[in-house]
Amino acid sequence: MNSREITTQISKAADFLNLKKWDYGASFSNDYSVQVDKGEAKQLKASQKQILTIRVWNQSNLVGITTTSDISESGIKKALKQANIASDFGNKNESTEFSPLAKDPIKVKEVKKRIPVGIKKLLTVLREAEVKLLESHESIKSVPYNGLSESFFERVYANSEGAFRSYSKSQAALYLYARAEEKNKKPRSSGSVKLGYGADDIDIESCIKEASNKTISHLNYSSIKTDKYLICFSPESFLTIINAFSSMFNARSIIDGVSLSNKNSIGEKLSTEALNIYDDGLHEKNISSTPFDGEGTPTKRLCLINRGRIENFIHSESTARIFKTTPTGHAGLGSKVSVSPDWIVVEKSEKNFDLKTSLDHSTYEGEFVYIEELNAIHAGVRASQGSFSLPFDGWLYKNGKKISIESATVAGDIKYLLKNIVNIESSQEVTTSGISPHIWVDELSITGDA
Amino acid sequence: MLSSQIKSNEIVFGSCNKDLLEEIIFYGIGLGADFVEIFIENTDNSSVLAEEDFITSVSPSFGKGAGIRIFKGKKDGFVSTNDLTKHGLMRSVSQAIEMLDITDNKRELFNGLNKHRDYSLSKKKWINEVPSIHEISEKLLVSTKSLKKNNKIITRKGSYSRNLQEVIIASSDGTYVSDIRLHQTVGLNVIASDAQYRSSGSRRFGSSGMPNEFRLWDHEKAANDVFESSMNMLYADYVDAGQMPVVLANKFGGVIFHEACGHLLETTQIERGTTPFENKLNEKIAHESVTAIDEGISEGSFGSLSVDDEGMEPEKSVLIEDGILKKFISDRAGELRTGHKRTGSGRRQNYSFAAASRMRNTYIAKGEHSKEDLINSISEGLYCKSMGGGSVGATGQFNFAVEEGYLIKNGKLSSPVKGATLIGEAKEVMPKISMCGNDLELAPGFCGSISGSVNVTVGQPHIKVDSITVGGR
Repeated sequence: MNSREITTQISKAADFLNLKKWDYGASFSNDYSVQVDKGEAKQLKASQKQILTIRVWNQSNLVGITTTSDISESGIKKALKQANIASDFGNKNESTEFSPLAKDPIKVKEVKKRIPVGIKKLLTVLREAEVKLLESHESIKSVPYNGLSESFFERVYANSEGAFRSYSKSQAALYLYARAEEKNKKPRSSGSVKLGYGADDIDIESCIKEASNKTISHLNYSSIKTDKYLICFSPESFLTIINAFSSMFNARSIIDGVSLSNKNSIGEKLSTEALNIYDDGLHEKNISSTPFDGEGTPTKRLCLINRGRIENFIHSESTARIFKTTPTGHAGLGSKVSVSPDWIVVEKSEKNFDLKTSLDHSTYEGEFVYIEELNAIHAGVRASQGSFSLPFDGWLYKNGKKISIESATVAGDIKYLLKNIVNIESSQEVTTSGISPHIWVDELSITGDA
Repeated sequence: MLSSQIKSNEIVFGSCNKDLLEEIIFYGIGLGADFVEIFIENTDNSSVLAEEDFITSVSPSFGKGAGIRIFKGKKDGFVSTNDLTKHGLMRSVSQAIEMLDITDNKRELFNGLNKHRDYSLSKKKWINEVPSIHEISEKLLVSTKSLKKNNKIITRKGSYSRNLQEVIIASSDGTYVSDIRLHQTVGLNVIASDAQYRSSGSRRFGSSGMPNEFRLWDHEKAANDVFESSMNMLYADYVDAGQMPVVLANKFGGVIFHEACGHLLETTQIERGTTPFENKLNEKIAHESVTAIDEGISEGSFGSLSVDDEGMEPEKSVLIEDGILKKFISDRAGELRTGHKRTGSGRRQNYSFAAASRMRNTYIAKGEHSKEDLINSISEGLYCKSMGGGSVGATGQFNFAVEEGYLIKNGKLSSPVKGATLIGEAKEVMPKISMCGNDLELAPGFCGSISGSVNVTVGQPHIKVDSITVGGR
């Protein structure tokens, strides 16, 4: 069945079951991936997946939901029946409706349609990439974590009031994590990830070069003394922190009492006036962009922090109604609708007079710690309390030299971190989770082994 | 010819699918595969969330799918699909064969499937014995009400999930197995707040194969435990970072062994060349007080199985005995590629993942000391009463968060501290586990790795680590 046929099928089955109000989200995908080990194919994988999530409203306007991979006629009927049963337990304390924007026009980025290059081509490309990475430096002994994948999928949203929207797209990803070993030293590892709309679009050479350079740069390492340091966050690591604490901008988290913000936090000063943060799922550099969310609301650019102050929260239909505003295109589709950011864009605002512009990661000669990548986010972030304690990969810059840091954590509080931003560099870098310049923060605690 | 005996053109759960499965396997072998494995599942899941005094989410789900794995030499191709018709399964076999680029004419022998081993016979009634959504909702609401102990508790949550998975596993070595797995888990969470102070507390409980277990769950005891933990931590200071001795509590304290060492004993890590223990079999890798076990047989434990996802009954594997490395955790691919015998540890989240060597119920065996002996032996250190999640990096470095910690001063527990993270490397920390308590207990958890998220048990008695890096402020 195609998406129009599924909609018709659901409509017919809902009529039969006397269910007047329903909506659904569906996704259909074909994925292909390869991994290699020293020139040999390690695992070759293909999958065909279909997922359908149906919500129904009962006569008391309570919502029930069911998710299934069975998109046959009988599967759809069973899903509707189960959703109807679940609606007896619908949330009486907070109602859910269709998004008022579910029929608004959506902006779909014009991207040339890719076709699968096939497993054999993926394997050949990855084998060559592994060889080049292994040959790039004598210390690189293996590439234990590697993969090249391509995915082709369609997403659909429709409801009983006639809303129908779908889009299809493709995405490919390459990751290479190298392991370097030298005599009498601990093994060191680092890597790179690149995305593209198709396998042919991925900048393979830059992925190899980045993985190699990063791994080699950690060969000479030393432990660091536990102390407070001036920190320079790479674009990737700063975006990791902002995403980890995005509950500050999340209306669902605020209502649930698990956010550092509250309903009155709009306008609260969090940081220097030089800081702007947007959520921009439709950004031209965002390979993973989606034109609508789980409730069918169009995706849009939204300012979260304007000149250091909270400007907006991200919303679903129900949170927007509670906050007396409009949905922002950040909803999932569930019994309890989740809300999450799409793609974070960090910028320096025009009001940037208080920044210490001499702090530039490529020229600054004083002592500082450069945090390249933060790890173990799920273990080390307490979003509801604002605290974090995270292991990282990075370097200590001292006396004009840099040395990789062995086994250390950075700890602090997100509000303290944002308040202590002392410079926002001018040049932004694109990462897989957003765009950001390098960000400098004063006086964060680092724990090391020295 | 078996192909002439086909009666059904689609896998039907609860029926005999032998002829169809044999035809699919014959097809793969005929195309040049060394080995063909078919994993088929049918799931019926539901989850319920209670927040404050309301049920805010009820989410049922169901589905079917198949994962087909073909080996040629040491290479494997894996295809997953929702199409359980003969045509869909054969198409998946063809796709896997094509991926592996099999062109030689060598044909393996397939003598048909063995006698059906049906582990599901006594389990078919489970679906009617598990608590209804109504019953679950009522108990969750009573549980969240039990958390309402003072006005500092600002958020109360109770969650339940039930996964019922019916599986059929058939492969060209004759394996033909059916099973039904039931996992139930229930958790309580609170956030406490007073002025600028905030803390949280959480506990999770879980079982496998015990439909009645949720009814027997002592929600009052759980609520008291979570409340007490959040209150103890509400005004806690941040821990000072540094190297120090620590005592790790029993139950979920076992996550240190799971993350720090257990993953490095999976054959997938040998295949990748990322374990420092690869060539250390029968060598000392830990303190002589450490004996560590991984098994899938403890009745009702969250990581227990009647049969693994490759059709092998799980064994009790003594991984480390008195500090000596004795065994690795192995699956079919691990045996093929590393030579370590399978241990009944081939596991996967669902049909869309190929099985891999994964832990089941993993724990450090009990020693002879009391908890007090361990604490009394430390003049200044940290007691980690409750652990959060953790991870292990590509070079074996691990870290995990301490949810509830207390300073140890002069052999006694002192003030609570927050923000602690334990950091280290397995091969350096394992020799420093110098004392094991006599109070082994297990705790359920979820482990995410190459073959998805699987149910596991971690466990240990109280243990003392002589020195470890504690991240803090």
